[in-house]
Amino acid sequence: MLRFLLQRLALMVPTIFFVSVIVFSLQQLLPGDPALTIAGDEASPAVVAEIRAKYHLDDPLPLRYGKWIAGLAHGDLGFSLRTQQPVTQLLAQKVPVTVELATLAMAVALTFGVLMGVVAAIWRGSAVDYIARSIALFGISMPSFWLGILSILLFSVKWRVLPASGSVSLIEDPIENLRSMIMPATVLGLVVSGVIMRHTRSAMIQVLSNDYVRTARAKGLAERTVIFVHALRNAALPIITLGALEFGQLLSGTVLTETVFSIPGFGKLVVDAVFNRDYAVVQGAVLCTAVVFLLLNLFADLAYAFVNPRLRTQ
Amino acid sequence: MSVALGIRQVGIGAPRQSPAWLAVMSLARQPIAILAAIVVLTVVVMAAGADMLAPFDPAAADWSALREAPSRVHLFGTDDLGRDILSRMIHGARASLLASFVSVSIAFAVGVPIGLCSGYLGGVVDGAIMRFTDAMLAIPALIFAVSLAAFLGPSLINAVIAIGVSAIPVFIRLSRAQALAVKHEEYVEAAFVIGNPRWRLVLRHILPNIVPALIVQATLTMAFAVIAEASLSFLGVGQQPPAASWGNMLAIAKNYLEEAPWMAIWPGAAIFLTGLSFNLLGDTLQDALDPRSRARGA
Repeated sequence: MLRFLLQRLALMVPTIFFVSVIVFSLQQLLPGDPALTIAGDEASPAVVAEIRAKYHLDDPLPLRYGKWIAGLAHGDLGFSLRTQQPVTQLLAQKVPVTVELATLAMAVALTFGVLMGVVAAIWRGSAVDYIARSIALFGISMPSFWLGILSILLFSVKWRVLPASGSVSLIEDPIENLRSMIMPATVLGLVVSGVIMRHTRSAMIQVLSNDYVRTARAKGLAERTVIFVHALRNAALPIITLGALEFGQLLSGTVLTETVFSIPGFGKLVVDAVFNRDYAVVQGAVLCTAVVFLLLNLFADLAYAFVNPRLRTQ
Repeated sequence: MSVALGIRQVGIGAPRQSPAWLAVMSLARQPIAILAAIVVLTVVVMAAGADMLAPFDPAAADWSALREAPSRVHLFGTDDLGRDILSRMIHGARASLLASFVSVSIAFAVGVPIGLCSGYLGGVVDGAIMRFTDAMLAIPALIFAVSLAAFLGPSLINAVIAIGVSAIPVFIRLSRAQALAVKHEEYVEAAFVIGNPRWRLVLRHILPNIVPALIVQATLTMAFAVIAEASLSFLGVGQQPPAASWGNMLAIAKNYLEEAPWMAIWPGAAIFLTGLSFNLLGDTLQDALDPRSRARGA
């Protein structure tokens, strides 16, 4: 197990290195003189020079990368050009709302996706299977922001049962918080559930054709026990991995969902930073997303190894 | 890994018969695939003949017809500036098609050669390329595209480039896996033994084998690109107003949900239907070209 863990960690090092190179290279894409772009058109030469010194823009590229990485190692992602706040502080403020949204959405996606996948696999080839697969395909092809807009039209404009926008602190008013989160989380979750349904279905079909399932049935176990205890437990392995992989999709989704529902979270921060040309915030956000994504996948691999002893001994 | 991108990745399967024939036959046999093909063709016609087909000038504001509900004159209604929504949708098809074809071409042209080299050469090169694609896949596609647009500047072309770049790793992985799968086949080794240079092996003996899988992947990536372009334009970093895109039409519509809900219905339906059609075509092709996925029924 330890060897497996070390192996996975060793693989992560070059990946994180490449992530940092990609994120660092983003600023090289700025057309023209970055100091001028940051300072704006009307800045005096003195201000431009000051910015150039502050961001070490005159240093050679590898040295700048080195300094940037050294800063990262100390938890320093730079400062927002607009508010002058440290980027880490900004992220820390915005991330909790998004974590809540993503967790709720993932719960919706897993519940709906796994349920549909299992049902479709059991009655494979039937009308139920066909309907479940159609719903999955609809989910995969559905732009989440349009689904969001449609649900606002229905639940907020027409029936007026749910708030269309905004977010209330979870600690101050948990009920109202949940009310404002139901729509965004469901919308986001449904869009992701399509992929999860498809994978659950094929994993279940594969598991159900195994000999031990036949044995379990032959020895007279109830079909419910066969499916939920014997089959689903084994089919759950690939679903764990997929759940972690889908998290990236979910984070992309939060950018859109937060814009549609005006939720002041991580996604909104990224979009605002893009429009304010607040490059340090954009870079910090991209870097954090990638690292969180890689860590989640590491945990998924470990969970996988933990549940599946064959992987541990290899 | 591709699911993280929001791009669906195809399974690996070897062709049994002429792939082009199989593909056409499989599409022709499925009524739903014919329907999907008709939708895609309609979008192509809309984009190509927008100037002739659109009943109104898509950018012409009409202050006497602000936010009019669908009527005989304006079939889909008008928007906040009195512009004809149907005309804007017809012109918006251009942005979607441009996004799907150009970004897939970028991903294809960059990803396939790198993937083939990676799979065929193996060793350190392969390891480095794989870690690099891991890194690219770790950054969610839309967030990557949004941030690229931030640095390149918001425009449709930059959005399309960003979508193309974020789809590259999927093509690298697919062509690498396929190259690995066939590189030790006897016919490839035989071709090597009789003295073919490596580039010829890859181009003449490996590439043709993976074309079917690549076509399927390209079709599924087009669905992703249509939705991604709409998403970026919705966020304001894609097609810039007054030029129309289904995404930026929705961005405006969002502000008038109470007064003019029709503004939000049509462009969204167009994105959904186009994405759905590309996905359906991809799925049907995959079933035809990969007998294993057909057997699985997945």
